[in-house]
Amino acid sequence: MTQLWDFSGGVHPPENKQQSTRRPIRMAGIPDRLILPLQQHIGEPAEVIVNIGDRVLKGQKIADVKAGMGVPVHASTSGIVEAIEHRAVPHPSGMSDWCVVIKPDGEDQWCERKPVSDYRKLDREQVLGMIRDAGIAGMGGAGFPTDIKLRPPRDRKVETLILNGAECEPYITADDMTMREHAFEVVAGLKIMAWILRPSRCVIGIEDNKPEAILAMRDAVQGTQIEIAVIPTKYPSGGEKQLIQILTGLEVPSGGIPADIGVMCQNVGTAMAVSRAIFEATPLISRVVTITGEAVRDAGTFEVLIGTPVSELLTAAGLETGKLDRLVLGGPMMGYTLTTDTIPVVKTANCVIAATAEELPAPPPEQPCIRCSQCAEACPMELLPQQLFWYAKAAEFEKAEHLNLFDCIECGACSYVCPSSIPLVQYYRYAKGEIRQQRAEQLKSDRARERFEARQARLEREQQEKEARRKERAKAAAEAQAKKQAEAEEAAAQGEAVDDRAAKAALVQQALERKKAKASTKAESAPEQPLTDTREQPDIESLEKQLMQAEAKLSTMQGMLEEAKAQQADNVDKLERAVAKNHDRVERARQALTEARQQSTPETETPSPE
Amino acid sequence: MALVQQSSPHAHRARPTSRVMLWVILAALPGLLAQTLFFGWGNLINVVWCIALALASEAAILKLRNKPVAFFLKDNTAAVTGLLLGLSLPQFAPWWVSGVAVITAIIVAKQLYGGLGSNPFNPAMVGYALVLVSFPVAMTTNWAQAATLWGGAPGFGETLTTIFSASQTAVDGWTMATPLDEYKHKIATHTAAEVLQHPTFGDQVARGWEWVNLAFLAGGTLLIGLKIISWHIPVAFLAAIAIMSLAFGNNVDQYAPLQLHLLAGGTMLGAFFIATDPVSAATSHQGKLIYGAGIGILIYLIRTWGNYPDAVAFSVLLMNFAVPFIDHYTPPRTYGHHKARRGLPGRNGG
Repeated sequence: MTQLWDFSGGVHPPENKQQSTRRPIRMAGIPDRLILPLQQHIGEPAEVIVNIGDRVLKGQKIADVKAGMGVPVHASTSGIVEAIEHRAVPHPSGMSDWCVVIKPDGEDQWCERKPVSDYRKLDREQVLGMIRDAGIAGMGGAGFPTDIKLRPPRDRKVETLILNGAECEPYITADDMTMREHAFEVVAGLKIMAWILRPSRCVIGIEDNKPEAILAMRDAVQGTQIEIAVIPTKYPSGGEKQLIQILTGLEVPSGGIPADIGVMCQNVGTAMAVSRAIFEATPLISRVVTITGEAVRDAGTFEVLIGTPVSELLTAAGLETGKLDRLVLGGPMMGYTLTTDTIPVVKTANCVIAATAEELPAPPPEQPCIRCSQCAEACPMELLPQQLFWYAKAAEFEKAEHLNLFDCIECGACSYVCPSSIPLVQYYRYAKGEIRQQRAEQLKSDRARERFEARQARLEREQQEKEARRKERAKAAAEAQAKKQAEAEEAAAQGEAVDDRAAKAALVQQALERKKAKASTKAESAPEQPLTDTREQPDIESLEKQLMQAEAKLSTMQGMLEEAKAQQADNVDKLERAVAKNHDRVERARQALTEARQQSTPETETPSPE
Repeated sequence: MALVQQSSPHAHRARPTSRVMLWVILAALPGLLAQTLFFGWGNLINVVWCIALALASEAAILKLRNKPVAFFLKDNTAAVTGLLLGLSLPQFAPWWVSGVAVITAIIVAKQLYGGLGSNPFNPAMVGYALVLVSFPVAMTTNWAQAATLWGGAPGFGETLTTIFSASQTAVDGWTMATPLDEYKHKIATHTAAEVLQHPTFGDQVARGWEWVNLAFLAGGTLLIGLKIISWHIPVAFLAAIAIMSLAFGNNVDQYAPLQLHLLAGGTMLGAFFIATDPVSAATSHQGKLIYGAGIGILIYLIRTWGNYPDAVAFSVLLMNFAVPFIDHYTPPRTYGHHKARRGLPGRNGG
């Protein structure tokens, strides 16, 4: 006996399954038109590889995903591609999407098929490739590409492979009937998946309200290691997280995947599709769908070609149009209403409820929440639905997220029990949508801000570099200046005029003094050197030149001092001293020039004493 | 084809608030029956009067607030508030005392806070506490003595005129101190055996009161069975009283014995019908346990060391104050998480 755990919460809505299990699965037949949406799976939409007017064969690939995640779409029967256009597709929003419309020719002619009798001889990758090429995506509702799911992350070993036959949602009987009538195929598909994954445990979970299916499956697993776990009927036991908890006692970490705890869940219908893909080389071109509700006379399950419009199925089940009030795709807890019956059956469609107004009455007007906590009692994820409701209603999304809004699986148990008939799940969807949008906008504005900040930083950096280079230059210049100055000072201290011009001026002065002395002695002794004044002449010119240079230098030094003062540089003192010295030099040069002129004038003007 | 467009789920359990409240009313009927059998017509008259006045007040204030009157009156919550006051007020409380309690409960405590679902305090207990502190004499001297309908209780007409007359002269002969009151005030000077001689205690625990409490216990158990209330608040409530009594008051010559705490006064009515008012109670299981235990502890403290012989109203109101705090710190651990996220986002959040 398999050990079972319980999950918290859950509800027991009326099952309403017996209406559609009275008769065996019927063939729905070939419809007038097949409408094949290009996106029936999670991932990238498939790209059409046929043209309008082409004749396609049953099982022929008509669209495939070339890049990215996704699975191909196949023609469900032979016929002519009539159109490739937007058609209403199954979606809660009632939106349209690209579809290939095929006009069946009634011949139901197969394309070439290459069945495999012993897949064990093949490579696992080959088998996975066949599963992908058969267009198989999770048939329990999400439509995640099965081949990708069967390749869990490298470091995640799947220890427990679970086949989900719980089918906990009211009305839906597709998996129940599949297990009853195709138990061996289901088990064969499970075995293929087990061969790929090599788990240590393989268990099929079936709710105890399906005794026939349990019997059939027990029969089919005879002689294998596969366990059949009969679990108590409680919605939503078939939720992936809940079924894992029931069968293993483990919880899928928030935000994680079952493979994180070594578990994988596959759906009964998916297993059958895998079996057919390998052993019959039949791609996923049909599935079992429950057609039920009080607006149909002859509820039941149908093997339906993918792409068959819902209207055809309703006709097959004996729709009483006048009674029809609400058309639900999926179950009454998580399904969504259809806007039109022209919508085609897709790979994930398991049930169509044609409900009368009495059967699924419009909910009474919303009343105030009385905090009764019935919702919290019912929540299988142990959330606080009423708090989430307040925060969603008050747009306090941060608080809603804090209370794990994103762990909500939208099973509808809270809304189901709410005595105030508050559409709680709708509030959560709204809050999730708002948060996602806010996040997207936040991301966008973050990126814009980052771009802006990066630009600002770059401009600033460039400016600083420029400034640094400028300072470097100024510093180098100042240093060179200071060095010169220091040398000059040193030289001055040693009594040497190192500075060329100043030194020259000093030399000139010395020379002048010597000459003056000589001249006076000459004048006193003898006119041995009558050409004195001709030799004096260039001295005055050079002195003038030197004075100008000294003055120019002084003004440069003063300019530098001004700048240094303005920048409060630490070489101000030095510069001040340098300026003062230069000033002295200029004065001396000027004095020397004046003296030289005075001397030369009498020499030239004053005739020789003779 | 005009198809209904609706968000899932499409199925709903048919148990609206009005029916939940109706079940509460039905579950309280055994208690009312016991009160009537053992204390006369007083409670029944109070209940009818209080419900009528509650509905009238609710209708009037809804009208003033421009709310749909019939829509809200049909939810039966005002009727429950009236019922609870009628069940808990003294049997011979004059009409204006109960009137003030009901009007305060509906208009102030419920509607002025925003109506159903928005009131932080239990409306019935706000009304009760107000008249208890405002009219202490009327609220303590009008308790009927235990006298069965078939043996000594005043007749329907007499009771009715007493409640609705201006003078309260006739009352004296029919009233008696409640067991909790009697015990509290006599035990200081008497032994337990002496105190228990008083007729208010009767042969078992507390004459009449024991049956009333057992009847409310039965009704409350029904509500738990129907999953209209969860067991957490009443069990924590009663367990807290029991633990307090056993831990601190096991000397019957000093303190009222446990059975008196449980089966006299408003204990069972409080535990199953008053403390469980969802609007003003804590919400998570853990929170409910804390909330219920808090009420039980406060009841014991006030009854034993406080001024009032009974304390359901004050204790409930005090714990109502604590509910937002309790709620913030007692969320359950969500599936797939290591621990619960307590407090507000950005603080103790896990």
